[in-house]
Amino acid sequence: MLRLDTNKNKPDFSSTEIRDPLNRVHIDVSQQPKIRVRNLDFYYDENQTLKKINMDIYEKKVTAIIGPSGCGKSTFIRILNRMSDFAASSKVRGEISLERRDIFDPEFSPVELRKRVGMVFQKPNPFPKSIFENIAYGLRINGVKNSHEIEQRAVKSLKRAALYEEVKDRLKESALSLSGGQQQRLCIARCIAIEPEVILFDEPCASLDPISTAKIEELILELKKYYTIVIVTHNMQQALRVSDYTAFFLMGELIEFNETKKVFENPSDKRTEDYITGRFG
Amino acid sequence: MKMQAKSLRQYAAFLMVRAVFLFTSFILLLITGFLLLKGAKVLSFDFIFKMPENSMTAGGIFPAILGTFYLVVMSIIFSAIPGIACAIYLNEYGPKGWISTMIRTSINNLSGVPSIVFGLFGLAVFVKKLGFGVSILSGSLTLSIVILPVIISSTREALMAIPQSMREASMALGATKWETVWNIILPQATPSILTAIIIGIGRAAGETAPILFTAAVFYSKELPRSIFSEVMALPYHIYALVTEGTAPQSQIPIAYGASIVLLFLVIIISLSAIYIRQKHRSAYAKIGH
Amino acid sequence: MKGKGEKFREKLIEYILFALSLSAIIFLAGIVLTLLKEAAPAFRDTGFLNMIVSKDWYPTYEPPDFGMLPLIAGSFMVTAIALMVSVPLGLCSAVYISELAGKKEKILLKPFIELLSSIPSVVYGFWGIVFLAPAIQRHFDLSSGYCALTAGIVLGIMSSPIIASLSEDALNCVPRSFKEASFAMGADRLETLINVTIPAAASGIITSIILGTGRIIGETMVVLMLSGGAAIITLSPMEPVRPMTSAIAAEMGEAAFQTPHYHSLFAIAIILFIITFILNMAAEKLAGKYRLKLGSHR
Repeated sequence: MLRLDTNKNKPDFSSTEIRDPLNRVHIDVSQQPKIRVRNLDFYYDENQTLKKINMDIYEKKVTAIIGPSGCGKSTFIRILNRMSDFAASSKVRGEISLERRDIFDPEFSPVELRKRVGMVFQKPNPFPKSIFENIAYGLRINGVKNSHEIEQRAVKSLKRAALYEEVKDRLKESALSLSGGQQQRLCIARCIAIEPEVILFDEPCASLDPISTAKIEELILELKKYYTIVIVTHNMQQALRVSDYTAFFLMGELIEFNETKKVFENPSDKRTEDYITGRFG
Repeated sequence: MKMQAKSLRQYAAFLMVRAVFLFTSFILLLITGFLLLKGAKVLSFDFIFKMPENSMTAGGIFPAILGTFYLVVMSIIFSAIPGIACAIYLNEYGPKGWISTMIRTSINNLSGVPSIVFGLFGLAVFVKKLGFGVSILSGSLTLSIVILPVIISSTREALMAIPQSMREASMALGATKWETVWNIILPQATPSILTAIIIGIGRAAGETAPILFTAAVFYSKELPRSIFSEVMALPYHIYALVTEGTAPQSQIPIAYGASIVLLFLVIIISLSAIYIRQKHRSAYAKIGH
Repeated sequence: MKGKGEKFREKLIEYILFALSLSAIIFLAGIVLTLLKEAAPAFRDTGFLNMIVSKDWYPTYEPPDFGMLPLIAGSFMVTAIALMVSVPLGLCSAVYISELAGKKEKILLKPFIELLSSIPSVVYGFWGIVFLAPAIQRHFDLSSGYCALTAGIVLGIMSSPIIASLSEDALNCVPRSFKEASFAMGADRLETLINVTIPAAASGIITSIILGTGRIIGETMVVLMLSGGAAIITLSPMEPVRPMTSAIAAEMGEAAFQTPHYHSLFAIAIILFIITFILNMAAEKLAGKYRLKLGSHR
């Protein structure tokens, strides 16, 4: 991924002004954001898939990203931990900071960033290793060598992911023997074992049945106590159930961003209203 | 009426295709069966484990089997590491630029170069220029170039079959590229890489032209002592027995026996490659990405 | 923590892998340069064109003649015969395996074909000597069974599994939706095969034939053992011929190092290399087109 640098120096966030006459994008200036996104453009080949995105992601809150397919919501969260780097011939312009630190800073390695900003994917993707090894792997590559500590942290994260009781007797079995919902919770456990600050969920329930979905949602509400959470979802009910803030994306633009309640009950943009009432998408 | 003519036509055409297919299989089975029948007569424990006697008109073919073994092992040693590294680079690192394209094109062309041309290259470079002489070293270096593209392309296929989601999962945990390759990609690809190496072994064992001027001799009094010794090799032995032999009545049966041994070797090698791949594939289906 | 050391290690590994992957380019370049260097004296003495069009190959006469035309003609003759055998056999087998065989049959047949294509050529050559050559000699009442026909037939049989396997891959690549669309319009299996499946797989099939041709031209042992070895230009398949590969294999053992004969054998290798290079590039181009046409169905 190439960065089109508009501002070679460290961005001065305080002065970044957001032009939003309709106040559709409501940024709470009283809060110090965990992640701050300013004037973010993203190009894939020659197509601009994200246009001038401005938003804040607040600490220990759940931010939902909604919008019809192809609106750029997945692209957006993949930039937040720079998984977008792997997309060939893509370009990014604008600023994103994690606790006031520019994530595109060459000194800030993507590897380090991803340790702090974890990700759970659309389809559960456990490694074809044992349940325990799935979690231990992340710890080992992040420098945890003591096997006792690895064990402790694995158990702790399994408990936190509400999976421990179901798998405690078969930690040595293959992760692939788990059900889809269990696999997804294992992926969450794997992610929180390395103690990230932010967890990105990319449509985590897209391939799950309703019961597993409910469990994951419950879990997200629980995890909010410890982590800042961003969740992409095409399920508006889910956004309403789990999130504190909601961002509505349409064709690469951020149409509306506000507290979830406000977005769903009293949207300030006609298009948001049309989408959440099911008129398109 | 029209329907009937149509289905008749289809029936006839498919019958013909089936007949040609059966004919093809029949011929190929005929060849192997013919050799098997003739060769089975001479096959014995002594035939495999004894030295040739009476200027190659009696005795066994042990030195040829051993020579082929040495050549194969050495050529795998030379080709496996660059082959696997090349596949990893192209599939996991390779920038999409011209250099990758050039590497890929070179591999494709290398795999199409006639084996006798490799033999000439080995003669000019390993035997003469580097002065290794006609030896196991020269022969196995030459063979390693022959099987390099085989190993690269089979390994690449194995790497490509690993779902992208595995790479993403690892990178999202903060793993570097190499950590991902080493801990996640390679363990999953191991059975397929093994298959790639086995296919290479099969190829190296059966090739004759590359070792004609680089390693093989018709007869050597003793077993090879070092990598600079010339060797007898199974495929070359068959060729030499039927074309250079002086006593066809007693040497042709030996050639049958040697053919059977070579055929068995290659078939067992190929079968094990196919077996590992099939088993691995069904294990893979479980991941279901 | 991940620091400078780690970054260094990552870069180092990438460079090592890159360096090792250059081996493919180095070997190919090495082969080209070696052939050119060793063949240069021959071309200098006789002239490139002169060498190719001249009709006499008498390398051991005094003075020797190094005309490659009979050798090239021999290669083409044998290859043409081999293709006449392997294309129909290979394609029919491919169609059978991919379109007609049952599911279980298919699972057995694919490895079977692969197994057959791994049989060493020297074994085929041996079979030709002990079985086919005597049979052809008897049947056509020839003075010798070693001729273009024998070598061609054995080569054809030998390469049919390769063509079958590659063509089968191409046929398999045709998306099921193409066939379903045809069935939905009331076409039967034969019509679907002829009008939809085969045309869709055409460039893949042609690629397999091109690659098969490259294999046949470059094959050494079978022609060395069966073609008879006479460097003459003939149109009769019953005559012995001396294809390029067999000339190299048979004569290099006797040609003294760095003599005109030695250099001319490298000159033949260059011609061989050029032919297979062109065939390979053509196959690669076609294969690229093929993938483009059917999209990313694999």
